[in-house]
Amino acid sequence: MQLFPCPFCGPRSETEFHFGGDAGNRRPEGFRAVTDGEWAAYLHDRNNPRGAANEIWMHMTCGEVFRMERDTVHHGVAQAFALLEGGGDDGLAH
Amino acid sequence: MTAWRTEGGTAIDRTRPLRFTFDGRSVAGFAGDTVASALLAGGVSIVGRSFKYHRPRGLWGAGVEEPNALLDIAGGMPNTRATQVLAADGLAVRSVNAEPSAEKDRHAFLDAFSRFIPAAFYYKTFMFPDWHLFEPRIRQMAGLGTLDGAVRAPAFAEQVNHHCDVLVVGAGPAGLAAARDALRAGRRVVLCDDGRQAGGSLLFRAATIEGKPGAAWAADVVSELEQAGALVLAGTTAFGIYDHHLAGLNQKGEGGAPDRLWRVRAKSIVLATGAIERPLPFGNNDLPGIMSAEAALVYLRRFGVAAGRRVVVATNNGLAYETAQALSAAGADVTVVDYRADAPSPEGLRVLTGRTIVKASGRGAVSAVRLSDGSVLEADAVLASGGFTPTVHLYCQAQGKLDWRDDILAFVPGRPVEGVEVVGAAAGDFSLPAGLAEGAGQDLGIVAAWPKSRAKERVWIDLQNDVTAKDVELAVRENFVSVEHLKRYTTLGMATDQGKTSNVNGLALVAELTGRRIPEVGTTTYRPPFTPVPLASFAGARSGTRMSPLRRLPLEREHRADGATFREYGGWLRPAFYGSGAPEDRIQAEATATRAGVALFDGSPLGKIEVVGPDAGSFLDFIYYNTMSTLAPGRCRYGFILSEAGNIYDDGVLVRLDENRFVVSCSSSHVAGVHALLEEWRQDRFDRRRVFIHNATAEMATLTVTGPQSRALLEAIGLGLDLDDAALPHMAVAMGRFEGQAARIARVSFTGERSYELSVPADHAASLWSRLRREGQAFGATLLGLEALMVLRAEKGYIVIGKDTDGTSRPMDFGLTAPLERKKVEFIGRRSLVTEDAARPDRRQFVGLEAIDGAGVLPTGAHGIEHLAGTPRSLGYVTSSYFSPALQRPIALGLIERGLDRMGDIIELQHLREVRRARIVAACAFDAEGGRLHA
Repeated sequence: MQLFPCPFCGPRSETEFHFGGDAGNRRPEGFRAVTDGEWAAYLHDRNNPRGAANEIWMHMTCGEVFRMERDTVHHGVAQAFALLEGGGDDGLAH
Repeated sequence: MTAWRTEGGTAIDRTRPLRFTFDGRSVAGFAGDTVASALLAGGVSIVGRSFKYHRPRGLWGAGVEEPNALLDIAGGMPNTRATQVLAADGLAVRSVNAEPSAEKDRHAFLDAFSRFIPAAFYYKTFMFPDWHLFEPRIRQMAGLGTLDGAVRAPAFAEQVNHHCDVLVVGAGPAGLAAARDALRAGRRVVLCDDGRQAGGSLLFRAATIEGKPGAAWAADVVSELEQAGALVLAGTTAFGIYDHHLAGLNQKGEGGAPDRLWRVRAKSIVLATGAIERPLPFGNNDLPGIMSAEAALVYLRRFGVAAGRRVVVATNNGLAYETAQALSAAGADVTVVDYRADAPSPEGLRVLTGRTIVKASGRGAVSAVRLSDGSVLEADAVLASGGFTPTVHLYCQAQGKLDWRDDILAFVPGRPVEGVEVVGAAAGDFSLPAGLAEGAGQDLGIVAAWPKSRAKERVWIDLQNDVTAKDVELAVRENFVSVEHLKRYTTLGMATDQGKTSNVNGLALVAELTGRRIPEVGTTTYRPPFTPVPLASFAGARSGTRMSPLRRLPLEREHRADGATFREYGGWLRPAFYGSGAPEDRIQAEATATRAGVALFDGSPLGKIEVVGPDAGSFLDFIYYNTMSTLAPGRCRYGFILSEAGNIYDDGVLVRLDENRFVVSCSSSHVAGVHALLEEWRQDRFDRRRVFIHNATAEMATLTVTGPQSRALLEAIGLGLDLDDAALPHMAVAMGRFEGQAARIARVSFTGERSYELSVPADHAASLWSRLRREGQAFGATLLGLEALMVLRAEKGYIVIGKDTDGTSRPMDFGLTAPLERKKVEFIGRRSLVTEDAARPDRRQFVGLEAIDGAGVLPTGAHGIEHLAGTPRSLGYVTSSYFSPALQRPIALGLIERGLDRMGDIIELQHLREVRRARIVAACAFDAEGGRLHA
């Protein structure tokens, strides 16, 4: 059972968290300009990395959405960032 | 085998004799005996039958590694190792896989056919015509142990979460020294050991540490630990290491109490898990009376039981000599067969060096062994040591990688794992802790004694799963040379003991057969649990409603007093209907009375998520399919929330209380999901200082007054607001007061009748409900349950998300296209609505279905069918279907391909074998103009 560092609550059990997607999967804006391919990539393409991962998570018990850098092989957590502190990867997570 | 009780035995109390039964036979023992030690002392040589061939088997081990002696405990746990169950007065145990008893097993004949039943025999043989014909019978033969369905646990297993600085697994010399070091360095320490007493090998091997006998030193260390506040858990197996240094521990419950599960989160973990002795590979090495040399030492020193009178100790290493000397001293006639040519011969022991055992013989128990020089030794016990396998399971679970050491012929922990330290025999170090013990300890000095290919004899590798050297050879011949394939093909190491004694011998044989070194073959993956853990430990108190708690209404007691029948709806326990009588009649009567007069409905689970702040309007424009910022304060609007894929996620009414304050009324079962969705988008996309979200669902109760007489009833109560339709029209909201509390009154209707939703603080719901009941008498107010509400809304064609929609439904399938055409700004899922899929003309669309065959209500889930070249194909299905009390005929709703363009068409519907006919009509079957909303 992993411990994730919620920027608001501190380390908590992984069962309290909900995966929110890859950080940096920016939502293509402008429904007229966005191509089918760009939109499909946003909806369906996932990084699925082996090793270092950069992800958005939500702590369900307090509602905090944050960015977390962790490793998918050894499950080590490098760092977590509140979105307000620039953690949102140049502003927006999606 | 003629084992006997000697003097001594440090674990037993000879002043307290006891009796239990094994396969119905009475066995004597002493307090402190395990079932295994008492069986051995009582001369029970056959303790079980083997898994596949039903061969007689005796005790091999004395601890967790025991492969043969599995027992069902009457009224207790099945498949328990006899070596780990304390003997107790009145205990009744049975051997597994044997009928009627281990000694006289009626399937023993199977062994005579063993050459016809090699590895994978069942899968190869029972192929035709279909494996599934044979499977039930084979499975019945194959299972171990019997679960007694009548046994009920006396209590739930407790679960404990614990945090510490250092967890030490194993209380042998290395573990105790590590725990004491950590304690003295000021750490919070947990020490666990699967034995009932701390000490590990010190309890049965001679040692002097810090000037004290080993066992006394162990006791002193434990008392130092306990006095300083360390937690010492005896009888507790660390069965798994999980992410981020979480260890799973199962503590044995004594005296019938359930086991206890510990989740220990440690900053660092020390593994002092020792090593397990391997069997020697020779013919018939599974005969009862052939035992681990170390186990024999345990039985002698701990329980005062000598394994035999004429004993052969066979070994390829130096550690078995202590067993030989101890048994010799106890009066047994001991011969050592040492596989090493240059073995030292201690005084007073008969040692035959440079020889190996070729084959054991005997009927039902070993009586002699033939050596490699052709000589035969008579023996009633053969105590074998084929070397030691460090217990590296937990290290590997922690993602450690193993190295092979040729000097000790064993896999040992390789690269360090952060926060995990392996010490003592588990790390391949068989000496006592450096600097503490006197003398160098015993020298392993091991030579190889691996199983060889093309042996004429039957050499057992895995005792518990009945895998022989020939099975391994067969697997390799059929090219199952990967160790993971070999494991699955032969089942080597797949039994409940997970190959603790057998894996390395199997790997060595594969290495020989494939011309590789053992480390090149590698090991299979180590996974939790190290030993079987009762499912009850994992379950703890979580079962039934404790696993998935029901949500309950503030007014449940009042509804019960009114004779409500409760059902679960989306996790909430709610009144389905009220009163006694046939449910269908009650439901129809409630619906009829609602349209005739007035009804009271408890809608408290309805979502009430407040969205507040200067950016609330633009935030909700993004959330909803519909434009919401244009909603005037004091008004309500119905809308959809979509997923980014453009599918309908939820629907509901949005209430605007004032410029900066909205309430999202989402589906009762969707509140948590909608709340999380709102929070995620708020923090991701909006300035969280300018829009705030509060879920008020649980703190507010919502009671609905609906029906033509609803306004009159509310006027009688007086809620301190103007109820005139000019002031409070349909889809408007206003604030009133009830008992000095703010009450929100929204004219929103899910019945098609004039309706008022009254939202008050939950602790005022009971008095508002009783007031409505009291004043309602004058109007003949009925109580409305959820079932009748579903009928009323279906008459109107109002949808229920997840019932009348599915995961592919889009808003245009419900005829709602205006927002997509007119809305100026982005919203969730917008781009997905301008895709090829969204524009497909053959989408399933929401329509009404009117049965025209006079055969009653259409079955929900029935498929609309069209026949293309004789082949039926689904056009969609019925989502909701009821008998309408207002129309006195069946009504139905459905998602039907091109339905909106096919009004008036008649289609065929099929459900199971039933064929029905229905006309496609508008979804709204009653009061299409909506006049009753204002009546």
